[in-house]
Amino acid sequence: MNEALWAAGRASGVTALALLTASVVLGVLNRSGRPLPGLPRFSIALVHRDVALAATAFVGVHVLTLLFDPLARLSVTDLLMPFAGAFRPFWQGLGTVAFDVLLAVVVTALLRHRLGLRTYRTVHWLVYAMWPVAFLHAVGNGTDARTSWFLEVAAVSLIAVTIAVVWRLSAWFVESSHARQELR
Amino acid sequence: MNRTGLHVDWTRCDGRGLCVELLPDLLGRDEWGYPLPHRSTPGRLLTEVPPGSVADAEQAVALCPLLALTLTTEAAT
Ligand code: SF4
Repeated sequence: MNEALWAAGRASGVTALALLTASVVLGVLNRSGRPLPGLPRFSIALVHRDVALAATAFVGVHVLTLLFDPLARLSVTDLLMPFAGAFRPFWQGLGTVAFDVLLAVVVTALLRHRLGLRTYRTVHWLVYAMWPVAFLHAVGNGTDARTSWFLEVAAVSLIAVTIAVVWRLSAWFVESSHARQELR
Repeated sequence: MNRTGLHVDWTRCDGRGLCVELLPDLLGRDEWGYPLPHRSTPGRLLTEVPPGSVADAEQAVALCPLLALTLTTEAAT
């Protein structure tokens, strides 16, 4: 049973990292206002939402399984209070930080029509800080961190998010940037 | 019979075009990507929404990334 919990805890963690990565890339694509072939803009918005919710669900499984796993020695306080854990407290604390930020991001995104644009957007920007923290947590805390399949997932994730952020910061990011810059 | 209108807050809209995709019968895009009604409606509405398009308009309101859209209903006189 403990073996199964431990395995599920690790597998869901890696899956969550991959899905969070996909969600960040889709979110950046969504922000650009560009459609993909066969995927109009509103579909990208919906897929971004669904992938983000799936990532959150896997983070939930990850946290819950490890909560019941004696090896991880995770306690309920660790879910809210970072860096107080028993097992690799620094790396686990990064996971706590990312977890709490993720919850805030999801809740404010789902309630954005009630909270207003500013709150939703400010909290959503925290994702750019949350993803690296979650990534470091995965690499530093994960007991699979030195296996080649994990390193492949981590490397692909890092490259994908880096490309998305570099593109995001480029002058030609927004779909109509060409027409709009000619105007200036 | 109530009349439904689509209102856009131009201080927010960034011309991302989701609403144009969802309401192609009502909206086109100008060259900077901003929504442009096919038929102009008098007053401050972006466009009037015919009954058959109300569901799509509600989707657009829900999905506009900048929360720039609102629907208004008024009783027809
Ligand atoms: S979806 Fe919103 S931001 Fe995009 S063009 Fe329509 S009103 Fe503007």
